[in-house]
This record gives sequence, C-alpha cells and structure tokens, in this order.
Amino acid sequence: MHPAPSVIIFTTLSGLGFGLLFWLGLGLPAVTGWTAFAFFAIAFGLAVGGLVASTFHLGHPERALKAFTQWRSSWLSREAVVSVAALCLMGLYALGAVFFAASWTLPGWLGALGALGVVFTTSMIYAQLRTVPRWHTALTPALFLAISLAGGALLAGQVSFALALLPLAGVLQVLWWLRGDGAFAASGTDMASATGLGDIGAVRAFEPPHTGSNYLLREFVHVVGRKHSLRLRGIALGLGYVLPIILLLVPFSHLLGLLAVISHATGIAASRWLFFAEAEHVVGLYYGKR
Amino acid sequence: MTLQQPKLDTSPHVSDEIRKTTCYMCACRCGIDVHMKEGKVAYIEGNRDHPVNRGVLCAKGSAGIMQVNAPSRLRAPLKRVGPRGSGKFEEIGWDEALEIATSWLEPLRRDAPEKLAFFTGRDQSQSFTSFWAQNFGTPNYAAHGGFCSVNMAAAGIYTMGGAFWEFGQPDWEHTRLFMLFGVAEDHDSNPIKMGIGRLKARGAKVIGVNPIRSGYNAVADDWVGITPGTDGLFILALVHELLRAGKIDLDYLARYTNAPVLVNGDAGSPEYGLLMRDAAGKALVIDRATGDLAPFDQPGVRPDLHATHTAGGVTHRPVMHLLAERYLDAQYAPEAVAERCGVAPGKIRAIAAELARVAFEEEITLAREWTDFRGETHQSMTGRPVSFHAMRGISAHSNGFQTCRALHMLQILLGSVEVPGGFRFKPPYPKPSGIHPTPHCKVTPGKPLDGPHLGFVHGPDDLALREDGTPARIDKAFTWENPMSAHGLMHMVISNAHAGDPYRIDTLFMYMANMSWNSSMNTRGVMEMLTDKDESGEYVIPRIIYSDAYSSEMVAYADLVLPDTTYLERHDCISLLDRPICEADAAADAIRWPVVEPDRDVRGFQTVLIQLANKLRLPGFTNEDGRPKYTDYADYIVNHERKPGIGPLAGWRQGEAGPAHGRGAPNPAQLEQYIANGGFCVKHIPETCVYMKPWNMGYQAWAVETGLYDSPQPYLFDLYVEPLRRFQLAAEGHGERQPPDHLRAQIRATMDPLPVWYPPFEDSHVDAQEFPVHALTQRPMAMYHSWGTQNAWLRQIHGHNPLYLPTRLMQAHDLREGDWARVTSAHGTITVPVAHMAALNENTVWTWNAIGKRKGAWALSEDAPEATRGFLLNHLIHELLPPRGDGLRWANSDPITGQAAWFDLRVKIEKSAPPPESQPAFPPIDSAVGEAPGDLAWKVGK
Amino acid sequence: MTTLPETTDKKLGLVIDLDTCVGCHACVISCKGWNTENYGAPLSDQDAWGASPSGTFLNRVHSYEIQPEAGAAQLVHFPKSCLHCEDAPCVTVCPTGASYKRAEDGIVLVNESHCIGCGLCAWACPYGAREMDHAEGVMKKCTLCVDRIYNENLPEIDREPVCVRTCPAGARHFGDLGDPDSAVSQLVAERGGVDLMPEQGTKPVNKYLPPRQKDELGTTGMHAPRLDPVIEDAGGFLGWLDKALDRLPGGAGSASDSETR
Repeated sequence: MHPAPSVIIFTTLSGLGFGLLFWLGLGLPAVTGWTAFAFFAIAFGLAVGGLVASTFHLGHPERALKAFTQWRSSWLSREAVVSVAALCLMGLYALGAVFFAASWTLPGWLGALGALGVVFTTSMIYAQLRTVPRWHTALTPALFLAISLAGGALLAGQVSFALALLPLAGVLQVLWWLRGDGAFAASGTDMASATGLGDIGAVRAFEPPHTGSNYLLREFVHVVGRKHSLRLRGIALGLGYVLPIILLLVPFSHLLGLLAVISHATGIAASRWLFFAEAEHVVGLYYGKR
Repeated sequence: MTLQQPKLDTSPHVSDEIRKTTCYMCACRCGIDVHMKEGKVAYIEGNRDHPVNRGVLCAKGSAGIMQVNAPSRLRAPLKRVGPRGSGKFEEIGWDEALEIATSWLEPLRRDAPEKLAFFTGRDQSQSFTSFWAQNFGTPNYAAHGGFCSVNMAAAGIYTMGGAFWEFGQPDWEHTRLFMLFGVAEDHDSNPIKMGIGRLKARGAKVIGVNPIRSGYNAVADDWVGITPGTDGLFILALVHELLRAGKIDLDYLARYTNAPVLVNGDAGSPEYGLLMRDAAGKALVIDRATGDLAPFDQPGVRPDLHATHTAGGVTHRPVMHLLAERYLDAQYAPEAVAERCGVAPGKIRAIAAELARVAFEEEITLAREWTDFRGETHQSMTGRPVSFHAMRGISAHSNGFQTCRALHMLQILLGSVEVPGGFRFKPPYPKPSGIHPTPHCKVTPGKPLDGPHLGFVHGPDDLALREDGTPARIDKAFTWENPMSAHGLMHMVISNAHAGDPYRIDTLFMYMANMSWNSSMNTRGVMEMLTDKDESGEYVIPRIIYSDAYSSEMVAYADLVLPDTTYLERHDCISLLDRPICEADAAADAIRWPVVEPDRDVRGFQTVLIQLANKLRLPGFTNEDGRPKYTDYADYIVNHERKPGIGPLAGWRQGEAGPAHGRGAPNPAQLEQYIANGGFCVKHIPETCVYMKPWNMGYQAWAVETGLYDSPQPYLFDLYVEPLRRFQLAAEGHGERQPPDHLRAQIRATMDPLPVWYPPFEDSHVDAQEFPVHALTQRPMAMYHSWGTQNAWLRQIHGHNPLYLPTRLMQAHDLREGDWARVTSAHGTITVPVAHMAALNENTVWTWNAIGKRKGAWALSEDAPEATRGFLLNHLIHELLPPRGDGLRWANSDPITGQAAWFDLRVKIEKSAPPPESQPAFPPIDSAVGEAPGDLAWKVGK
Repeated sequence: MTTLPETTDKKLGLVIDLDTCVGCHACVISCKGWNTENYGAPLSDQDAWGASPSGTFLNRVHSYEIQPEAGAAQLVHFPKSCLHCEDAPCVTVCPTGASYKRAEDGIVLVNESHCIGCGLCAWACPYGAREMDHAEGVMKKCTLCVDRIYNENLPEIDREPVCVRTCPAGARHFGDLGDPDSAVSQLVAERGGVDLMPEQGTKPVNKYLPPRQKDELGTTGMHAPRLDPVIEDAGGFLGWLDKALDRLPGGAGSASDSETR
C-alpha cells in the first residue's frame, strides 16, 4: 500500500492524542486549571490534528459530514461518529477540569471509553480488509490499542502503566510483524485464484493492461526492500518501545520524559510507515506484483 | 440513518443526432455511428447495419474522438523556413500553398513529367490518386503496398484471382477448421475477430502458425511457433503429406484448376514449360471421356489429371504430374523440414491429418443449383470446411511470394477455395491476373501517361523498361530485379531518387507516408538522404511536398506541407474501383463525409489534388472548354465516370429504370443517398451465385450487370503460373528482352511456376552463426502505424515497447525484465529494454511496431516514453542486403515482387548497461503544432 | 445505503470468455468513451501527451502467460472490470452511502455527489475495479452501463453494456446470472465458468469462462486421425491417381494417354 504521509500522520498522532485523552478521562492524572489546559491542549491538538490530517487525502473534504451517516456498516463512518462523540465528551470533561476544577466522572469515563473506541474503529478500518492479508487480523486492533494506551500513558506521565504497556505493545508489534510476513501466503489468494487459470499451469503476468501507471498501482503496489524493511523495524522497535522503556527506567526528569515521548512517536511513525508500505494488497497479483 | 437508494435516471439523453460514416483509425474501414451533441462529436460506436463490422468496433475506432481532437493536428499549410529536417516552418494561406506547388509542378509536366515522384502511402483513394498521376503524366506513382503485403496480393491474384483480406474471406458461417498464418492485426481486423468469435462460439478449431503466440494466436486451439521465413517449407510439407495420403480433391482439381492442363515438355523449345494452347490461345487438356486434346472450357470436356500427350516424340504432361513429382520428393517430408521450421514432425503430420479429416470427412453439401462455365448444371455445392487466412507475417520475406503461392496451392489441393466452408472471394474478386491491366510507363511531356501505372505482367514484354533497357520508374518496379512488383516499390523511392538511379527527380510528392520514421527501413539513412545536398549546395532531392493531417516525423522533411483533414471532416469514397468493403455475399462500397467541419485551415488532400489539377489543367479534370470538371472531391466522387456508367461509387446511380446499384449515369443526389443509408451501399449476390464464383455463370452474369466485368470471365486457378515460367525462359536465354547476366540465376531459381521454398536471402548474406536470432515486429491491435501515439487514450495502452525475448535467450544472456540489451544486425545497432515472453519461438525476438517516436513529433512532450523508452526495429533493416563480395548490392526484398523483406532480419543480442534512453536517439525536431496541454477531461454534453 | 440488500431481484453481470478474448482492448476504449461522456464525471487523463500519461479506466485488459508442465506456454488475455459482487465489500466500507448495490438488479454504483473520495472502497475491492478520478476526486467504477441497459432513448438491441456491444470477438456476454435459465447462466454451466478469488468471499456475479484445452495436435494423447500413406513416390502417385479418377462420378473413361502424330 502507498504509505501516504497524511494517513501515517493521522494514525500516529490521533492514536497518541486519544491515548492521552483516555488516561485524562480516567483522571490519570487528575489535573485541573492551567495544567489541565496544557494536557488537554496537547491531547486535543494531537487527536484533532490527526483527524484533520486524515482529511487531506479526501477528494471532497467539503462533503466530510456525509461520513457520519453509515455507522451501521462502515468502520470509517463509525470512526467519525465515535471520534466526534469522544471529543465532545472529553471536551465537556475538559471544560470541567479547566474551568471548574471539577472531575465529572461520567463524561470522563465515557470519554475515555470513546477515545479507545476511536482507536479501535480506526484499527478496524484496516483489520476488516481481507484484501490486505497483513492487516486482516485481530492483532491489528490489539496493536493499535496497545500502542495508543502506551503512548497515552507516556504522555500522561503514567510511568507504571507505560512500563507495563510499552513492552506489551512491543510484543504485539513483533507478533504482528511475524504473522504479517506469512499472512499473504496464508490467505489463499494467489495468481492461480486471482486469474482462475491455475489448473493449466504456472501463471505469470505478461503485459500489463497499460504501459503507463494508474491509480491502483500508485495506491496499492509499493515495494519495500527486505533490508530496508528490517532496518526500519529495528528503528521502530528501538525508538518506539525499547528506548522509551529505558528512559522511563532511569530516574525521572521532564527532559527524559519528553525524549521518551519523541522517541516513542518517532518509532510509531516508522512502524506506521511500514504498516502501509509493507502491506500487500491482493490486487497487486493482477499486475504480477505483491 | 440509512439513505435511500438514489433515484437514477436510467434513460438519459444519448445524443442529438447520429451521423453515420466510415472509420479511418486503421485500414479496416468499419461503419461508425458518430453521436453528436451540440454539434460536437460526443461518442463513436460501430454501425450495426454495416457489412464490415456489424456494430462492433475496435479500440482504435472507439478512440476516434481523441484523434479528431488531437493536439497534433496540423492547422494550416506550412512553408519551410529552416533547414530541412529542423521542423521550422511558417504558416501560409492556401492560395500561396497551391501557387507554390503549381510553380514547381507545371514546368515538370511540360518538360519531364517523370521528374515528379508521387507516392501516396496509406492512401484509401488509389483509384483517384493514380488517375491524377496518370493525367499528370508521370510514371512514378504507387501507394505503400510494396512494403506492406504485395507478396500476398500478387501471389493470390496470379494463383487464383484474389488473395486474403480485401480480396476474400473465410466462410465464417460454415468453416470448421481455420488456419491462420502470420497475421497483421490491422488487415480485416474486426472481421477476423468476429469470425474467430463465431468459430469459438460453436467450438470449431483454430490453428495459429506464428512465431509469436499473441492476439489471435493466443486463442488458437493449436499453436505452431514456427521459425520465421520457413512457413513455405512447412506448407509444402503439409502438401507432401496430403499427396502421400491421396487426400486431395481430384474432382475439383480437374474441373477448376490448371492441374490437368498440359505443359510443353520439349526441352529444346522456346516454349518449354509453357502451357499448351490451341490456335485461339485456350489452354489444352485431355478429355478423359474421349482421350483427345480439348480446350479447357469446351462444353462437356472432362479434363484428365492423369493422361499425357505425346507429339513428335515428346511427352507433354499435365501440371498434376509435375506437382506430384515435386512435392512427393523426400525433401518435403516432415522429418526433413522439422528442424528448419522449428516444428516437430509429429505436429506437421497431425495438422495434415486434421486438415484432411475436416476437408473430406466433414464435407458440406448445400442444395443450390448452379451452372458452370462448361455449361454443366450442378444440383448442389460441395464444401470442404477448411479455411485459411494469412497476411504480412508470411508476406514480408524474400521468399514471401512463393510462400503465399504455396499456401494458395494448399487450399486449392484441398478443394476449399470458393466452396462452402472454405475461402471465398469478395467482389470485384475473383479477378484473374489476365484481366487486370498491365503496367504502363510511356511518358510524353505535357500529356497523360499511356495507361494505368500498376498492373500484372505476364512476361518480359510487360516490364516497365525504357528503350535502352533501363528502368522507366524511379522505384524500379517491373524490372528484372522484381518483375511482378504489382504495387510499386515505395520503399525504394527515396534511396533511388537520392542516388539518381535510374535518374534524378525534381519533386517528391507524398501523402500519409511517414518515410523519415516508421515507414522506412534504414530510418537514419532516409533522414540523411532527405537532407543531403550536392556540390552546389542544393538538396539532392530538390523539392518535397508532403500532405498529412498530423505533425508526423515526415512533416519536418517537407518544403511545403499541405495539411489534410481528419477522417470525420472529409469526403472519401471506398470504391469498387479500388479497395472496396465487399463481403463474399455482396458488393459494397462506402463513403466518408464531413460529420464535423474543420476548425482549422485544412483541406482534404483529394480536394487539394483536384485544385492542383485545375490549376495545371490536367486533361482528365478539365472539360473541353477548358473549365474544370470538378470543384472538389465530393464532386469528383459523384460525377466522375471511369467508363460510361461506371464511377467511383456503385450505389444509387441513375439506371434506365430509376436508381440502380452498379451501372448507371451519375446521380447528383448520390451522396445524400449514401448518407441516408448509413454511409454505405450493399448489393447482394443471388444465393445460387455466392459460391464457385470463378466458374459459376450465374455469378459471372451478376458481375457483368454490376459493372465488375465487361463480359463473363471464367478461368482456371493457376497452380502452375505460366508468367513466372516466361521469366525463367528469358533467364535461360529465350526471347528478345533479356535479363542482365547477374540476375539470370536468381530468376531461374525463384520464378518457379510451381511454388518453391528457398531460405530468406538474408540467411546467405549475413553470417547466420554471428546473427542467430530472428527479429520481428507486430502491430498491436490497439494502435495503427504511428497514429495511435497522438491519441491520449490509446497511448496509455502502448506508450513504450520492450523487446520480447524467449525464455532460452533470456537465460542465455542472463537477462531479467527491465534489463537492457544491445541488438545488432548486419546493418545497425539499437539498445533497448527487454521483457520475457515464454510463448515465443525460441530463436525469435520481437517488439510492437511504430511505438517509438522522434522527439518533437506528434505534439508529445520530449520526455514522452515513446521517445525515451520506445524504439523502432527499422534502424536494423536496410533496403539493400549487406555486400557479400560479388561486387553487387542485392535488394533486401522478394525477387519476384520487390516486397520489402523486413521479416528476414537476423540479429545478435548482448546484455547492455541501461543507457539514459533507447538508442539510437535523435535530436528533437521543432513541433509544427506546439506542445499539447497537460490534462484532459473530455465531455461535450452537459 | 452502504448496507447490502439482502437479495436482489436480478443479478446482472458479465460473462467473459477467456477462450475467445484476443486482447484487442476494444472494450477498454468503448468503456472509456461512453463513460467519459455519460454517467457522472468524465474519466480524466493526467499528463495526457506527456512523460507519464495516466487516466481513469473502468475496464482494463491484462494478459497472463501460463507454462503448463508439458508443452508450449500459453497466453491469455484477461479483461477485468467490476464484478458486481453479491457480497460487495466496497459497499459496506463506504462511510457516506455513496457506494451502493441496487436492490433491483444488483449493480454496484457510486453516487458521485455523495462520494468524499476517501478511497476506502478501492482498498476493500480485491479486483482493482475502482479507480479514483484524479481530476474530479471521486471514485469511478463500472456501472454495467446502467445508463444504457434500461435507456429508452436507445434502440432495444443497444440496451446492453458498451463493452459487450463493441467486443469484436463476442467474448463478453451480459445477462441475469441470478436466473439459471438465462443464456449467460447456461453458458457458465456449459463451459465451467469460474469466480475470481473465491476465497475472498465476495461472491462475484461476473464469471470467467476458462480457456479450452490447447495444443492437442501432435501430442501422444491426440485422438485425431493420422494419415495413412497410399503413395511412396511420384510413380506410385500416378498409379493411385488413375484409379482414384476412375472412382470419381463419371470418371471411368479412357485412361490412355493421347498421341498426336
């Protein structure tokens, strides 16, 4: 799949933002006043910024409101609905915390649930796609949730939670990669099933339909070198999980905390780049590519 | 919230009007429905009523809308202002353009008409352009058949009075086995696809013989991946097998062919090998009923295939004996040819068996009463449902003529020509060589030529030679080097004119012929010849006039450019005098008419020729009172009469009893009638006359009534082609006109009256060890010549072309997809990207034809893939073979017809580092039309 | 309407005969032409005469080479457009309801005025049937010529998809695959039509007819007759010829050679 910057930025930032909102909704930390303002500004900035970034790849962003209508069937629509609900609830909660020094539990808990819901629905947009075997697994929502919770905990300064969640997310990440590497072959979709010609012999793509490129090739066919992929996985694992854990284990300082967040976000961005770039859509088979 | 399924208008407005005309996106000439919205072309589809395509349309046809609006369209006449080849022009008006052309042409006509060479490329109005040239008085006229497929046409006409494509077609309705040899996809392409579809729908078998398994060969049930240039040998092996098994149609051979005609066996006679004739010139057979000699067409005669005739101690044998003797020889056994052809002996035998099985065990009988030319009435028609088609693949070889002859002989031996289920002629064919004109070349300054330029020679007396024996024509057509060059030799014009051999010319006038690029062999050499100057600093070819609708590569080499219209902006006529659109069941012709008016200062080329003729006061175009006969081409189409009652269009003429198809006086409302009828006219052949046409007196009468013949012309198929033997006799020293000594051996060997196979000439002129690989081009079905490239939709399908290599060569040279290779022939080198194709003869490489483009042409950007990755194989081919030390340069062409032998090409392959772009690369030419816009979203309706 | 209808009254679709398709691209361009002028936005082309031309096409012809275990490699031309799946994942993922499957005939369409151009439907389609139009920013796909097949402004015979109407080889067939008695269903049954990527669970309506068995002549399993030689050389031929001529109707006559003195 084409690793579109808008989508990488969106999923990385909004994951962090909603993760932070989750913890804030639970009152972890229970902040008020200017401190609350700062926390919520960061959280909303990340979450909303991510959502805004996601509209950059739309052909008609002015029609985006229509995306709230199909929550019965569409995970993308559900994501839109849930994200607005979560943002509203958390907005209400933030209002209390910033201006009234209050901790309104019900909107907080519901908002926290909503924040998780956003991350879950986002992940399900990918996990539902049978066409991308690497994504089509329950491990995808698990990984997204774990990363969001861990990143949120990191931002929220919930060191103990972060120290539990970061390794969990890291393990899920590795598992997700390992499963993903064999997923295409395990999906049962191949040149033979794509063309229905496998009974005759070994099928190979000959001339493409057009010598020029097209939307499908640009969107779905992206080849990542094996070496490049391994190096990026190392970076994602190191920066996204290992380094933040180390930084959290040494005596706390705000600078190290900030470094841990930056390191984590960078690692997750690398992971997300790979998430797209390594994902092979079955349509590539028709072009002799996967 | 759930949305309701939206309300959809399922009956939207389709178009304001449908204008029906004829396609010109390739040579196929399908009928099209042009849907108009607000006076603009909105959509093009096939015309369901049209005899050629019956509603279907290929990719090119549907893309016509992009051709009519192509940015590459020339906009006004152009006068060269920079050096030739630079592409620098200024736009001028038509008055000035015609004045310039007239000032060049008038003195030539007055003093030396042969100094005009007028060649018209992919012209579909040859009966008109040749008439113009004839009236001008130059002998130097032809279209592009000489490098296209004259071998196919000439071999067919000499052998059986017609060939494939325009001349005939398989009986798609009844055939049960269809065998296809080396096809060119633009020749009858939709009808062939439709026919294959019909065969497939009923599960009939298709056998494809082609080194490359693409297109039609991909759907063939059996594929013969033959080695290029060996088709003739393969066919003769099939003949060998059929003869050995006695699986030939003896009744058919005896009645309808010259198999029973006696051949003069007197080795000492100047008529040795000629057919024996009576005093009236009728070929003689032995009547099996009486045992006596009889003219072949005598009522009641039963020609004997077996009996011989002895006179004066000399035994004269029928053709059948000579034929059997030759092809039963072990040299034609499957085992003997298998390695050379690249086809296993078992496969050859199996194909022969299948041909025999279908021909003789699946015989068809149609209960249709008919009377033959001997007066015998038959109650039925017997069909052998085996049919063949072939085109350029077997034709563009130096052994192409005889290979095509061999294929026709195979059809005839099976008795499958003009019978139900077999191959059938389309009017005006059948038309044997004897009733075609002979070539004419007598020049009289200020006067028309003494007759039509092109035709069929029957012996040395018909050659186009001047009194001193030198060639009369600039292309040296109809000379000893290529006596039967029935379509002329357009590919030799520029090199001969440049060399001043046989003489110098003044003006080269060309139409729709991209000679400085894909329509020439030796492309770089042609560019140099077109720009070469003599000692005085003048161009060696002093003047070049070129007409084209688009900014092709050739435009840059003209001194004066006459911009043509696109095909939807013009009148045209697809005439029975020329290359009509008939079907085996009907005579048909068609028109084009301006369904849109040009938005530029351009004129249809034929109208421009009439305007020039009027300025030059050419006789055929001028009334006795000196006033012009025709104002434009439409006027000519309606009012010209080639002979009384016969004009360019056969439909809706004024007959004695009202409008009639065929003969009649000009009808001023003729074009309106055509337009009202969808742009074409069909006249059906009566049901009892649609088969056995050469011998069916019902058909003969119909053909006379329709104006195809002046009198009935029944004839025999010429398995043995006597005119070939006349040339052999000359080469053996008989007769007045004698070939030069260096050609005697070649003429004796190649102009055999029975089909013969010899290796392609290139094999003996280059080191086959050094150049072990055959290299071919094919035209993709979605492109036609250069034209597809300017088409925004089609160029996305074929924007560049790799060289396809078979598995064996990919491995041998350690090549992978996307690698580059240096390809070298005896003549040149190209460096190009490669790709793998397994379904390919293991000694053959190929690429798509005419995808590569010169930078600056066709309104493409200079970094277009056509110009950076695309390439031409033409750079590897020369019009002459490399020297072989005999002090002579032999033509790279068929020695009988002069057809360019570009499929004889041999190359070697080496892996190469990727160059920045395909090599050779040429500097850009200035675009005559500027650069095209970037994006496109075409929609004319609201 | 991104939920799928439980059933559709008809299952209109295409049957594509891979034994017959010669790969001419006629269907590709007729589709481009009709759908540029008709349903929704025109199918645009970017850099149309430049270095990397790239346009929207709703139907493309691929080609595949197949190497059997024994025998020559084969080439198959393979047209591909929307398969109008019964269980169309492209529809259910659409967030706006722009994508829908018609209850009356099963045609999958995009209501362009509702499309936000998110591209998710193209991601969900395993077949590459949907292409985002770069100029218009909406998703384009095969409409099965819904603006032709019921169009009362067209003669009845033309009420079929343009790709079917134009196909020179007749390799494309249109009809109701939900009706087992329809011509297309019969064809699928006779020729063993197959689904593409059945494991994707999309239940495509369009079917592909596989190529027939090829290259049987000259192989050991061939049951075609072999020719039995009756003649060994030219002399033998003449003997055979004479007898054979005698056997022809009216052929028994003088077999003697003539002589003139």
